[in-house]
Amino acid sequence: MKVLEDAGRGTTNAFAYAGGVAELFADALRFIVGLRIRVGATVDQAYLLGVQSVSIVILTSLFTGMVFSLESAVQAVQYGVGNLVGGLVAFTAARELGPMLSAVVVAGRTGAAIAAELGSMVVTEQIEALQSLGLSPTRMLVVPRLLALLIMLPLLTVLADIISIIGGMWVAGIYAHISQESFITSARSAVPFEDVLKGLFKSAVFGVIIAIIGSYQGLRTRGGAAGVGKATTGAVVTSIILIFIFNFALSYVLFAH
Amino acid sequence: MALWARLDDVSVRYGPKIIVQNLSLDIVEGAITCIIGLSGAGKSTILRLLNGLKKPDSGRVFVQENDITEMRERDLIELRRTIGFAFQFSALFDSLTVGENVALPLREHSKMKDQEIRKLVSETLDSVGLAHVEERFPAELSGGMVKRAGFARAVITNPKAVLYDEPTTGLDPIITHVLTDTIVKLRERLNGTAVVISHDLESIYMMADYIAMLFEGAIVAYGTVDEIRRSPNPIVQQFLQGSEVGPIPI
Repeated sequence: MKVLEDAGRGTTNAFAYAGGVAELFADALRFIVGLRIRVGATVDQAYLLGVQSVSIVILTSLFTGMVFSLESAVQAVQYGVGNLVGGLVAFTAARELGPMLSAVVVAGRTGAAIAAELGSMVVTEQIEALQSLGLSPTRMLVVPRLLALLIMLPLLTVLADIISIIGGMWVAGIYAHISQESFITSARSAVPFEDVLKGLFKSAVFGVIIAIIGSYQGLRTRGGAAGVGKATTGAVVTSIILIFIFNFALSYVLFAH
Repeated sequence: MALWARLDDVSVRYGPKIIVQNLSLDIVEGAITCIIGLSGAGKSTILRLLNGLKKPDSGRVFVQENDITEMRERDLIELRRTIGFAFQFSALFDSLTVGENVALPLREHSKMKDQEIRKLVSETLDSVGLAHVEERFPAELSGGMVKRAGFARAVITNPKAVLYDEPTTGLDPIITHVLTDTIVKLRERLNGTAVVISHDLESIYMMADYIAMLFEGAIVAYGTVDEIRRSPNPIVQQFLQGSEVGPIPI
C-alpha cells in the first residue's frame, strides 16, 4: 500500500510542479506580450546571466571542439576522408554541441544563481514585500531573467559554435595535418545556414527552460538556508534533465524530417 | 465606529497545523490596533490575511467593506497599493539603495518625475528620522535604521492603512521608544489605520487604541488598553505579567 501511496503522491507532485511551471511561464508571457517589460533590469540580467557566462562557455566549447576533432581527425585521415573533418565538427557544433553545451553550462551557473537569488528573497520576505507594494514578482524578477536568457543563450551558442570549430580546426591541423582551407571549405559545405538557425532556436528554448525552472524553484523555496540549497540543486538538476529531453524532441522535429 | 477591516470566522492551516481557527476580529478605522499573543500564535498570519498575501481556508476577510477572500490576484494588487506593510525584518531589497527601496512603489505606480520622487523620498525618510541615507545600502544601516527605512517604504504612497509586523523586536529601549513614537506620528500624518503585531507591552500601552489578544488560534480578549489591563481573563493576565503560572502552557 505504501508503494502505491508514494507513487500516487509522486505523480500528483509531478503534475503540480508542471502546472506551477506552466502557470509561471504563462504569467511571464502575459507581461511580455503586454510589453510590460523592465528594460533596465533586463539589460542588467543580460549582463549578469549572459555576458558573465562568456568565459566558461568559451572554455568548455573550445576543449570540446578540440577533443571532438582529436578523436575524429586522425582516423578520418587514415580512411582518406580528412577533408570531411571540418564538416563533421561544424555539423555537430551547430546542431548539437553548441546549443547543448552552452545550455548545460549556463544551467549550472545561471540556473543555480537565479534559484538561489529568488530563494533568498523568499526567505527574507522580499518577495512578500514586492507583493505588498502591489508589484508582481513575475514582472519584476522573472520576466527580466527570462528575456535575458532568451536573448543571451542563442548569442552564447553562436560563440560556442565558433569557438568549438576553431578549437577543432587547430587540433585537426596539428594532429592530422588538415589545412585550414580544407577544414573551412568542408565546414561551409556541410552546414546549411538553416541548420545554424535551428540550433539557435533550440538554444532559445533552453534559455526559457533555465529561466523558468530557476525562477520557479526559487519562488517556491521554503525553510531558510536549507531550502535555498534545495531550490538551487533542484533548479540545476531539473533544468539539465529538461534540456536533454527537449533537445531530443526538438532534434527529432527540426532535423529528422 | 467605522471599520477598516473585518475578519469573519476565519480559519487558516499550514499543512496539518491549525494556525487560526474560527477567528473574528474588527479593525477600527483611524485607530491603532495592536495584536498580542505568544510566538507562533498566528499574529503575522492575520496581517497577511488583511492584505491578501494569505487566503483563509474558511471564513471571509473584508477590507473597506470589500470581500477580498475570493478576489483575483490582479484586484489584490490594486488593494495592496492602499495598504503599507512594514515587515519584521524590513525586507528591504538588498540590491537597491535605501533611496531606491523607498522610491520603488512610486517609480512603479506613479507618473511622478524623478526630481519629485527624490524630494518625496527625502521628506519621507526625514519623517521617520532618517536623513541623508538615500545612497546607502540596507546592509550598511543599523537594525533600527533598517526598520525605519522599512517604515518609510511602507508609507511613501500615503496608504490608508499600515500593517507593522513586530516593529520593535530585538531593538534597544531607546530605539524601541523612537519607533513607537514614529508609528503614532505616521498614523496621525496619514490619518489612517494601523495594525501592529508586537510583544513589547510598554510600546503597546504607549500607542494602542485597541488591543486584541490571540491565543490558540482565536481572539480571547479585545478592548482598549485599560480594558485589557483590567481583564479578568487569566490567559490575558498571565501574558501581561509574564508569569509561568497560569492557563498558558509553557
